[in-house]
Amino acid sequence: MFFTQVLNGLQLGSIYALVALGYTMVYGIILLLNFAHGDIIMVGAYVSWLVMAQLGLPPVLAIILSVAACTLMGVLIDKVAYAPLRNAPRLSILITAIGVSYFLENGAQLVFGADAKVVPAYTELTTVQLGGLSLSFPSILTVLVTVVATVALTVVVQKTKLGKAMRAVSEDMGAARLMGINVNTTISFTFAVGSALAGIGAVLYAMAYTQANPTMGMMLGTKAFVAAVLGGIGSIPGAVVGGLLVGFAEVFVTAIGLSVWKDAVVFLLLIIVLVVRPTGIFGRTMNEKV
Amino acid sequence: MPSEKNERGAKKRRPVLVQVETPNLIPERDLGTIPVLQAEHLGIDFGGLTAVDDFNIAMGRTEISGLIGPNGAGKTTIFNLLTNVYKPTRGTVLIDGYDTAGKSVAEVNRMGIARTFQNIRLFSKMTVEENVLVGFGNTMRTHLITDMLRLPGHWKQEAEFRDRALELLDIFDMRKYADTLAGNLPYGAQRRLEILRALATGPKVLLLDEPAAGMNPAETEELMENIQKIRDELKIAILLIEHDMSLVMGVCEVVGVLDYGKIIAKGTPEQIQNDSRVIEAYLGKQEVK
Amino acid sequence: MEEEVMTEKRPIISAGGGPRREGAARKTLPMPVRYAINAVVVLVLLVLGELMIDGGAINRYQSTVLEQVGIYIILAVSLNIATGYLGQLPLGHAGFMSMGAYGCSIFIIRMSEALGVGARDFVTGTPMALVLVLGGLVVGGVCAAVAGIVIGIPALRLKGDYLAIITLAFAEIIRVVMLNIDDVVGFDLTGGAAGLTGIPGYSSFLLVFGCVAVVCFLTHTMMKSRHGRAILAIRDNEIAAEASGVNTTYYKTLAFVVSAFFAGVAGGLYAGCVGVLQPAVFGFMKSIEILVMVVLGGMGSMLGSALSATVLTILPEALRAFSEYRMIAYAIVLILVMIFRPQGLLGSYDFSLSRIIERVMNRDFPWARRAEKDEPAAKEVSADA
Repeated sequence: MFFTQVLNGLQLGSIYALVALGYTMVYGIILLLNFAHGDIIMVGAYVSWLVMAQLGLPPVLAIILSVAACTLMGVLIDKVAYAPLRNAPRLSILITAIGVSYFLENGAQLVFGADAKVVPAYTELTTVQLGGLSLSFPSILTVLVTVVATVALTVVVQKTKLGKAMRAVSEDMGAARLMGINVNTTISFTFAVGSALAGIGAVLYAMAYTQANPTMGMMLGTKAFVAAVLGGIGSIPGAVVGGLLVGFAEVFVTAIGLSVWKDAVVFLLLIIVLVVRPTGIFGRTMNEKV
Repeated sequence: MPSEKNERGAKKRRPVLVQVETPNLIPERDLGTIPVLQAEHLGIDFGGLTAVDDFNIAMGRTEISGLIGPNGAGKTTIFNLLTNVYKPTRGTVLIDGYDTAGKSVAEVNRMGIARTFQNIRLFSKMTVEENVLVGFGNTMRTHLITDMLRLPGHWKQEAEFRDRALELLDIFDMRKYADTLAGNLPYGAQRRLEILRALATGPKVLLLDEPAAGMNPAETEELMENIQKIRDELKIAILLIEHDMSLVMGVCEVVGVLDYGKIIAKGTPEQIQNDSRVIEAYLGKQEVK
Repeated sequence: MEEEVMTEKRPIISAGGGPRREGAARKTLPMPVRYAINAVVVLVLLVLGELMIDGGAINRYQSTVLEQVGIYIILAVSLNIATGYLGQLPLGHAGFMSMGAYGCSIFIIRMSEALGVGARDFVTGTPMALVLVLGGLVVGGVCAAVAGIVIGIPALRLKGDYLAIITLAFAEIIRVVMLNIDDVVGFDLTGGAAGLTGIPGYSSFLLVFGCVAVVCFLTHTMMKSRHGRAILAIRDNEIAAEASGVNTTYYKTLAFVVSAFFAGVAGGLYAGCVGVLQPAVFGFMKSIEILVMVVLGGMGSMLGSALSATVLTILPEALRAFSEYRMIAYAIVLILVMIFRPQGLLGSYDFSLSRIIERVMNRDFPWARRAEKDEPAAKEVSADA
């Protein structure tokens, strides 16, 4: 019982962590709170549904296409909506992001209808036996995938040329440009990576909750954003820790029978953390030069 | 409020006379009173790096002082320390004898210190007159309710302070710009407006961060006269940071030279111009104008 | 605001009097006259509207839509205080609205039970019912203002995005609390998901637009005073505002609380207009809807907020057939406006009837103004050279 709850917490936390990573990366590089990020997950879930339930294609293809669709979507959104506003006031870009989110949600509602679609199971294996414990296979898979994805992301950011470019741009866009870094490519790359992670998150989410609906991205995205802020926005370990924290908090509150309050608890957690540590757990303080 | 908990809190209410290290630098006319601005062993570290160390100053009430030094020497940092924008790691700042420890930037302003900024910071979407009125904000005393319901007190005060704002604008002959948006002003006028806004807060000390930056010699000449005029008529002290040597040497009574966060020399303009350390560290081969 | 009231001279430095601008003195209207003109216009419009409703020129459905328009104008104008004037981006305006709606309607329901005021009294408008309604609106405003303080104090220590997200979080908490509070307190308070019913239909055209006039007036007078200037200064440059002695914490909280208070009043009117309250109505989407109105109208423009609130409330009603495209159109318009006109349709322009009258008095028309506008810059160059 206890282990099941821990595993549930880990599973939910992992999904939040994956989505939070996308928020953190985009924020780190162009200081944009990408409101549409959660809705990219919704797109991913619908693609899975389309591929499996409508076209009857195998789950592997669904996973690949979902991740690809999310990646494309992320880059496209940046090019169409955010890129023209690179030098605009922060507020304008933020509102644009809200507009994009609004657009995706209502677009999905228009195309697919307001009711939820059932996403078929990606795998027939539902439980695994481990030392006398019967554990949910999707949960274990989710945790493993998240660990692999986080490690891979860390390696990319730390070791590869594009990763270094990303860090340089996030440190100082102007200076990076002068050093010959192609800032636009780097930003697109960041959106691609972040959205790909969201795509993986979408698959894992659909695996856990087997449904897709137009507004699923909103709450998921908001909570993942809460996770990113909790951990300290801009920090990769922060996003993971924040995600797990939010996941565990929700599972814990549900376990003690207060599930109707779980959203309130998560948001309260955010407010408390921000009041105590305005930049989150791993966040760096950025002072405006006077 | 936070100063109650501060270990230096005991000092904050009572004006304290701290012994002036170099009394000879304060102009004779100001010697009878406590220094209007005094900093003792002021210093700040940024993550282990000492940006400013052991900065001392004691300014007479009507003194004009200058702070010079190479880029990155810590001049603006000192302004930020004096106005509590940065909290000092060490040392104290006294304004008219009152400790500024634990005060907010706004409270420090109300204690009597006003400043301008190196990179102009105006309220660019407000008119010139409104910019000055923001400076008057703390002198105006109407209650929110009086203002919101447009009770007679509101009209009286608005009219009075609008007049005062226009009079202030006359210092730099800027009345004609009263209704212009500050952001649309020419560069030089923006710099002047910053000074006027600072004056509107009724300071005892005015800190000017590179007031002549970007000005041509004629404008600098005019600024010099105006700085003296402000001091003479308002009887306030002025501390300025400037790269323009003609301005510093022409208007300042005391000049401090800062290098790597430390004062390396201090004295009258003549003393500074002939100080070998200064010539070595700062002026280098360049001839002083 | 160019009153020419002369008081004693206080020379700061060789003060020279003289006209405000060089050249001939401008004819101006004294302030009381300006206010009188505006008050008369508002009164005439109110009476005209009420006559049209009584006479049947505006039917019941249309007058309900009009009430909604008024409510959204208050919401947009109040959000504009925090967004356009203070320059922050609160995403929880619906939370304040819901505090006001529940506070007001619960107060009115309970008090009318206690005092024996019937539902009909609210429609016919007996003095007791009127007192209750006005009291309820104030209670609603105060509830929202308290929420504004509770969230403002932690939120305003944060900047931009963090503030946005913390207000969003707070509004969500309010929603969850409204949904589940009955189980905690043990009696019916908000009615949970099923909704709060039995709210008397106290909102009327006169009440709503009376409130609109009061809210707009108070917002205007606050902004055109030292308090308003402090708020605008924080928006334009927070560091400089602080260095100029502006208590930024106080003024941020003030703007936030006033904004919340008016949203609460709008919530109270909303409750009296629709008759049923459900927490789900006050979700994130409602906050966004209000934000869209402010952004489209032009942040910092009261007229812009009011106009876009009007258009965006009437348009969907007029285009009911296309209701499913409405939201998507909202989104596209929002993005396009941000890309091509980030300052909103009206920018920060604000309407002033008196200014127009003064222009006519001075024969100073836009087509004759261009030359004058260019003059100061040229003068500056020559003066400095």
